[in-house]
Amino acid sequence: MSTDTQNTAVAQPDEHEEGENYLNHETSVWSWLSTKDHKRIGVLYCVTLALVFLAAGVLALVMRAELSGPGETMMANDTYNQVFSMHGIMMVFLFLVPSIPAILGNFVLPMQIGAKDVAFPRLNLASWYVYLAGATLTIMALLWGGVDTGWTFYTPYSKTTGGGVLWMTSAIFVAGFANIFTGLNFIVTIHKMRAPGMTWNRLPLFVWGMYATSIVQVLATPVIGITMVLLILEQVLQIGIFDPSLGGDPVLFQHFFWFYSHPAVYIMILPAFGIMSELIATFSRSRIFGYRAIALSSVAIAMLGFLVWGHHMFVSGQSVVSSIVFSLITYLIGIPSGIKVFNWVATLYKGSIWLQTPMIYALSFLFLFSIGGFTGIMVGVLSVDVHLHDTYYIVSHFHYVMMGGTVVALLGGMHYWWPKITGRMYNETLGKIAAFLVFVGFNLTFFPQLVLGAKGMPRRYATYADRFTDLHQLSTAGSGVLGVGLFLVLGYALWSLKYGEKAPANPWGAATLEWTNVAALPDPHNFKRTPLITRGPYDFHLADEVFGGGDGEADGDQGLRVPDAAPAAPLEPSRDA
Amino acid sequence: MGDFWLPEAASTIAPEVDSLFLFVTAVSAILLVGVTGAMLYFVYRYRRQSPGERPAPVEESKLLEISWIVIPTILVLLVFNWGFKSYVKMHAVPSEAYEIRVEAQQWNFLFEYPNGVTSDTLYVPEGEKVKMRMSSADVLHGFFIPAFRVKYDILPNRYTSVWFEATKEGDYDLFCTEYCGRNHSEMDKVVRVVSQDAFDNWLEEAGTSEDIPLPELGKQLYSQRGCQGCHSLDGSEMVGPSFQGLYGRTDHEMSDGTTLAVDENYLRESILKPEARIVAGYDNLMPGSYSSLSERQLTGLIEFIKEQSDKEPPASDQGQTTATN
Repeated sequence: MSTDTQNTAVAQPDEHEEGENYLNHETSVWSWLSTKDHKRIGVLYCVTLALVFLAAGVLALVMRAELSGPGETMMANDTYNQVFSMHGIMMVFLFLVPSIPAILGNFVLPMQIGAKDVAFPRLNLASWYVYLAGATLTIMALLWGGVDTGWTFYTPYSKTTGGGVLWMTSAIFVAGFANIFTGLNFIVTIHKMRAPGMTWNRLPLFVWGMYATSIVQVLATPVIGITMVLLILEQVLQIGIFDPSLGGDPVLFQHFFWFYSHPAVYIMILPAFGIMSELIATFSRSRIFGYRAIALSSVAIAMLGFLVWGHHMFVSGQSVVSSIVFSLITYLIGIPSGIKVFNWVATLYKGSIWLQTPMIYALSFLFLFSIGGFTGIMVGVLSVDVHLHDTYYIVSHFHYVMMGGTVVALLGGMHYWWPKITGRMYNETLGKIAAFLVFVGFNLTFFPQLVLGAKGMPRRYATYADRFTDLHQLSTAGSGVLGVGLFLVLGYALWSLKYGEKAPANPWGAATLEWTNVAALPDPHNFKRTPLITRGPYDFHLADEVFGGGDGEADGDQGLRVPDAAPAAPLEPSRDA
Repeated sequence: MGDFWLPEAASTIAPEVDSLFLFVTAVSAILLVGVTGAMLYFVYRYRRQSPGERPAPVEESKLLEISWIVIPTILVLLVFNWGFKSYVKMHAVPSEAYEIRVEAQQWNFLFEYPNGVTSDTLYVPEGEKVKMRMSSADVLHGFFIPAFRVKYDILPNRYTSVWFEATKEGDYDLFCTEYCGRNHSEMDKVVRVVSQDAFDNWLEEAGTSEDIPLPELGKQLYSQRGCQGCHSLDGSEMVGPSFQGLYGRTDHEMSDGTTLAVDENYLRESILKPEARIVAGYDNLMPGSYSSLSERQLTGLIEFIKEQSDKEPPASDQGQTTATN
């Protein structure tokens, strides 16, 4: 750890011993449960969300197993319906929506802008507890008879079924606040806590992605909360809102639901775009091509995302004119996503490309997300959507975006920041094998589903016509490969915690602050001194601090080779509050 | 490529949807190959040769950036326009279309023709424009015929409609595509496209249903009105109690612990007011829509259920001369 004696006034009071870091400066369980350190909260979220992903992922494998034959193979229709509902609800509301912001956003964002923590550390901890309350309500829903409505809760069916629906809707209402807290925190942090010299045009693109995401979280999440409250009020007080037998309108529910749930798609994918920019820049050691286009297209997507919800309802009973308008706006939102893909590919041009595991995930993302985007254009075509709506084509499309996009980016990001989070390197060979298995398994699982859907196989079917059997079996086989890949990741990740090589401070030769100015395992306060930023986040040609101390290659034996850090900011006592 | 992706096409709108689908697929495939190819080429061509490499920054090109905004915009506006036109065509129901009523309920479709004939197979004449006027008795359902490329949701509080013109004789699938609960995946029917003559003949023959003997009428209703979705005839477990050996049971246990004998009046009450008494081990799931059955249909259904049991009639039904027979 670099010690600097020139500027003791800015350094923390001398409470940190040499070798002290955010993990070992306090170790009691209570110190974790009451922590206000954004890094520790990120770790808490990481463990929690990993468990949710594991549970929901196992449910997916169970679904694929049931679908290995056309009739009933291992569970009754009712059970299957509950399984796919819980898979969807947990993956969307409890995993994908919080995932990248809560884990990597929390851990990385303050470091990337040169801040000691987020703006509201207590609110940040509260977010995790509120999330846990939501998760607890989910378990209550299971104990009270489960939910078999699908993750969409369409009325009036959701009113007639199961004891768990009210618990589940309460869970989503409560868990929503966890996201609002995180979003609000990030917006204020990004506005108010950037280090000197960290102008908006020097923000790492991950921060831009989180900024756009946070806006959507704060504006859209209340709508799903209100919708869930209306469902509960209708059920408890018998007020007619959505139920036609009380004078309500079921299509109104769909409008409310998608008014949140479409922007929620961007809550899930925008952070992934942010990770992609970091990975592509670092592993090709070049400036992101079209930095401004990528930064602003995230904001454009966040805004336009509020105006396209009706494309989920082309055959629902909404008017033809609305459908046409929604279709048109849907295309407009496709353009910024396309721009990003082109820019990322252009960034590789004349770079210096290093194929480590995170980069392999980034390249997988480019391929998978492109398919997700193209199939999205397809289902935005009005008359084609009439045929494809509610079939496996849709299922496959959103898995290409949500899993091929968000989850693959999250995996890439976790590998990328793993050394910073744990201080250990994962096994690179196993990492590459797992990335390959995930890529192959994913395509084997979901490409056949595109064909199934185009051929007319409806979604949410526990049983199906014989002629769909072959493609379903192919998909089930693929899910096995995908499962093996993901369990392999879990295995070597846990192994590396104890046996992994000690990580250097900047194993990838990256040029953003969390690598150049933070120790291998971050200090509890991130920076010894607030850094002064003098260049853009991907200006490798100016980043002497990356290249000065060595060759930028990981060299595990000397764990703590620290590159020359960016200069310290001039004294500015008012910032130290 | 069409055969790989799409099912058989058997309506006038299908070729239009198919060509649009295949166009978007082809353009997407070309762009995907281009993007992936460029990516893989760059990854190989500019692979890191030595760990200390420090490539010179690449100048950004305005022209390049503008071109990859403008070209995709033109492409998507093209497919939007195309899709929008055929969508409007799908929704402009021709005024001369032959109308068939569709009543959906958990987990059954019932088709009613203008002359009052009801059927659980959707017979449609080839080469004639047909409009389906649809409504639901309970929750949301969906009406989807893959071979015709038509789909629309069926709602409980209003009519929705789809129209099509079948172009090829044969049997096709009809699926429910809006999730509707336990047996959603078994809510399917056969669409039978026949020649106009065959259709007229079928309609005439089927039109005599009210004159057939009561148990026959009951048998028809059993499959048309969705009874078969929940009540088996062979004793197997389904959503509701099986009809096999039901009539004449004297120890029929209710959810409140009481037992009763299954007689005609119990059956009648259970059809008209299913929520009145719930059989032990089952949930109150049966829709109330059966109260709209006519007196003769109701009696027919009860006679049919009675035939499914070889038990002695319960005391309450003996000695009475059943007026309905």
